[in-house]
Amino acid sequence: MSKTSKHTAMLGLPYYAWAIVFIIVPLFMVVYYGLTDKTGAFTLDNVMAIAHPAHAKALWTSLVLSLESTAVCLLLAYPLCLVLARSGKSSNSFLVLFLIVPMWMNFLLRTYAWQSILEKTGIINTALAALHLPPQHLINTKGGIILGMVYDFLPFMILPIYNALAKIDRNVIHAAHDLGADDLQTFLRVILPLSMPGVISGITMVFIPGMTTFVISALLGGGKILLIGNVIEQEFTLAYDWNMGSGLSLVLLVFIVINIVIQMLTDKDGEGVL
Amino acid sequence: MKALKKFYVGLIFVFMYSPIVLLFIQSFNRSKSRGHWGGFTLQWYAQLLDDESILEALRNSILLAVLSAAIAVVLGTAACVAMQKMRAKSRAVVMGVTNVPMLNADIVTGVALMLLFLTIKIERGFWTVLLAHITFNIPYVILNVMPRFRELNPHIYEAALDLGATPVYAFFKTVLPEIMPGVGSGALMAFTMSLDDFIITHFTTGSGTQTLSTKIYSEVKMGIKPEIYALSSVIFVTVLVLLILVNRVQYRLDRQRLEAE
Amino acid sequence: MKDELITLKSISKSFGDKLILDDLNLTIHENEFVTLLGPSGCGKSTTLRIIGGFESPDKGSVIFEGRDITNLPPNKRQLNMVFQNYALFTHMSVAENIAFGLRIGKKPKDYIEDKIRYALKLVNLEGYERRSPSTLSGGQQQRIAIARAIVNEPKVLLLDEPLGALDLKLRQDMQYELIRLKNELGITFIYVTHDQQEALTMSDKIVVMNQGYIQQEGTPEQIYNEPENAFVADFIGDSNLFPAVMIHDRLVAIDGNHFDCVDEGFGVNTPVDIVIRPEDVEIVPPARGTVTGVVTDVIFKGVHYEMCIDVQGREWVCQSTVAHAVNEEVGIRVDPFNIQVMKKPESEDEEAAGINE
Repeated sequence: MSKTSKHTAMLGLPYYAWAIVFIIVPLFMVVYYGLTDKTGAFTLDNVMAIAHPAHAKALWTSLVLSLESTAVCLLLAYPLCLVLARSGKSSNSFLVLFLIVPMWMNFLLRTYAWQSILEKTGIINTALAALHLPPQHLINTKGGIILGMVYDFLPFMILPIYNALAKIDRNVIHAAHDLGADDLQTFLRVILPLSMPGVISGITMVFIPGMTTFVISALLGGGKILLIGNVIEQEFTLAYDWNMGSGLSLVLLVFIVINIVIQMLTDKDGEGVL
Repeated sequence: MKALKKFYVGLIFVFMYSPIVLLFIQSFNRSKSRGHWGGFTLQWYAQLLDDESILEALRNSILLAVLSAAIAVVLGTAACVAMQKMRAKSRAVVMGVTNVPMLNADIVTGVALMLLFLTIKIERGFWTVLLAHITFNIPYVILNVMPRFRELNPHIYEAALDLGATPVYAFFKTVLPEIMPGVGSGALMAFTMSLDDFIITHFTTGSGTQTLSTKIYSEVKMGIKPEIYALSSVIFVTVLVLLILVNRVQYRLDRQRLEAE
Repeated sequence: MKDELITLKSISKSFGDKLILDDLNLTIHENEFVTLLGPSGCGKSTTLRIIGGFESPDKGSVIFEGRDITNLPPNKRQLNMVFQNYALFTHMSVAENIAFGLRIGKKPKDYIEDKIRYALKLVNLEGYERRSPSTLSGGQQQRIAIARAIVNEPKVLLLDEPLGALDLKLRQDMQYELIRLKNELGITFIYVTHDQQEALTMSDKIVVMNQGYIQQEGTPEQIYNEPENAFVADFIGDSNLFPAVMIHDRLVAIDGNHFDCVDEGFGVNTPVDIVIRPEDVEIVPPARGTVTGVVTDVIFKGVHYEMCIDVQGREWVCQSTVAHAVNEEVGIRVDPFNIQVMKKPESEDEEAAGINE
């Protein structure tokens, strides 16, 4: 190795040190606290606490709501990406901007704003009343939480699917037509399978934040619906039981690790992450 | 069919932007209740200037976003340069670790950092939040910059060396301009993520330090002050205008350069 | 003459303001190897894509076996295409790629398997059924793309610069492969390329195109030896392309020096363009030359030397197995049969339009 390339390699050291101290070590802290009790002795009680009915119910609710939101995101995003990916090269930067711009309005406020749309005297019910239709109970329901999740995490579904679709060579689609496939056959046999890495990446990118959120349920669930994220948050900020909080976080980590493995198996170049 | 496509894209657009429009309108609403319109007013904007606690939160948020983005850009870009000289296997390890904060749940990242700070007994406040924001920002920088290196022609750097440039000079004159778009979008994304973050800030801040996000969260139960709507509208419009200006200037510079050539 | 298979009638096509094809007429016969040759942007790929059904012409019609297929979508046409960069389905194995068209056509399983084996044998890739296309070399991917197209037994195989991404050696090998395939299959090949060497090697008929017009159609020999205008002469091979004056039938003046030729019917004292291939320029002792000149440059090219000779301020390129020293005075003579006289275009439009006028 030459002198300059040694110097070049050293440029990475600050980040490597940073990653060890602030990414790897903290994760081991979660493991350590999760597997010990207040005296520091090894125990599985914190992890097993997930079996407690209240916790198990919260976990189950989180799982179901997140899966439902992920499905809705997929159904909304895929057609959108199909339209955009076929409409030329310039839409890429447009799309990124389109999805980033809302983030400059605070995430909590954006989510909170749905209250004004959904609540009893909100925009939707006012409109319904004007049309002499019965008011709908929209806020503080599971539906409200799903809407919040879809709204907040839709960009994570759109970007990887768009990237996968935009990457498909126009000639590959032409080749399918050339070999006799009609539009539907081309979609089912060529476009859909080729976009699967993006779809899976999108699913993993939406599922985890949905499953672990505590904010959306707090804002749109009216505090009545507890998700596993709310339980963990309360252990840390109200009960100050870091061991219990860490133990339950370890359960989440299992889901996260499964997700990462799926992601790595299907998206080898890691392009779908952004 | 074309009309249907446009309609669908429009529908998603409305879905993504209607809460923003609503908040914008709310900031001019004389009535404090959200559901009903009490007439146009600028009073919330005026009162904003007197609300020390909101201004303090704003200062913290912006300072955090700017500092964490800047530091993340320097560390992340340096790491990208270093990784070019790395063997594929070690690079995969580094990229794997880099992906962790992106794939991990924010709540787990948040409590993990919180436990770190508690264990080594650093008092949580502005500086711990800054450390946390840098941590989740670096991956955005790396993931934006790395692809630029893949497209980079390695010979332009060697050509500069061949023509007698020092490695540092050659880097700044040949490599940096080529990867600049990636650095720029990485910085923008880092800035945005920091400004928008609540969850990780929530766990890594102490009682003394509020950002806009934590302030809003603490107010949700009692009802959010209309001044917050005013402030958020100002931030939104400011960032939007700044970005358009930067784009315009960039566009003009590019054109001038093209015409000069 | 063999039967007409495809006829393009008055085809015009523009993209935005840019006119790509203008009133193009072309007939392709059964079992022909036709090459559309021209520089990039000449409209050759667009012509191919119109035949394949991937672009529809603004005006004109495409006739296939006497039937108008202008508005028929590609999946209903009895022709198959080999795409630039192959366009293989990367999520399928080699066998699945080849079977794609047959499965769409709901062919029986045994038939499909026979066809896969047959096609792989034909392109010399037996045993590659289970491989993924991305693990194959460029040349192998190219063969799979061809196999995928021909199993559908198309009447016509369309090839869009199929060898463009391959290196020189492989490209030459594949040229022979393609000729062999064409002879074994006995179907029509329509081949698009910008490489004149490829066109001369493989084609039964070459169609030279420029700026959306057909410049000349003919056998490789006709195109090479008897270019009909300056564009074709310049595009095909190295050549000496000079302005000249037709004194009368069978006599032409280059820079005032009279040369015998064999062309007739250009009139008296008419400005024309003439082409002399470098290998047709004979170097002789000064006393025996029609004109004399001075050697300014000599390059060894392997089979022969290439020399530049200054004749009264005009540079002649000639090829010879005998080298002459720089600054040597030499004589030049040209066999009358080797001077190709061409009509001068009267305007730029006419120049682009070539023989369509």
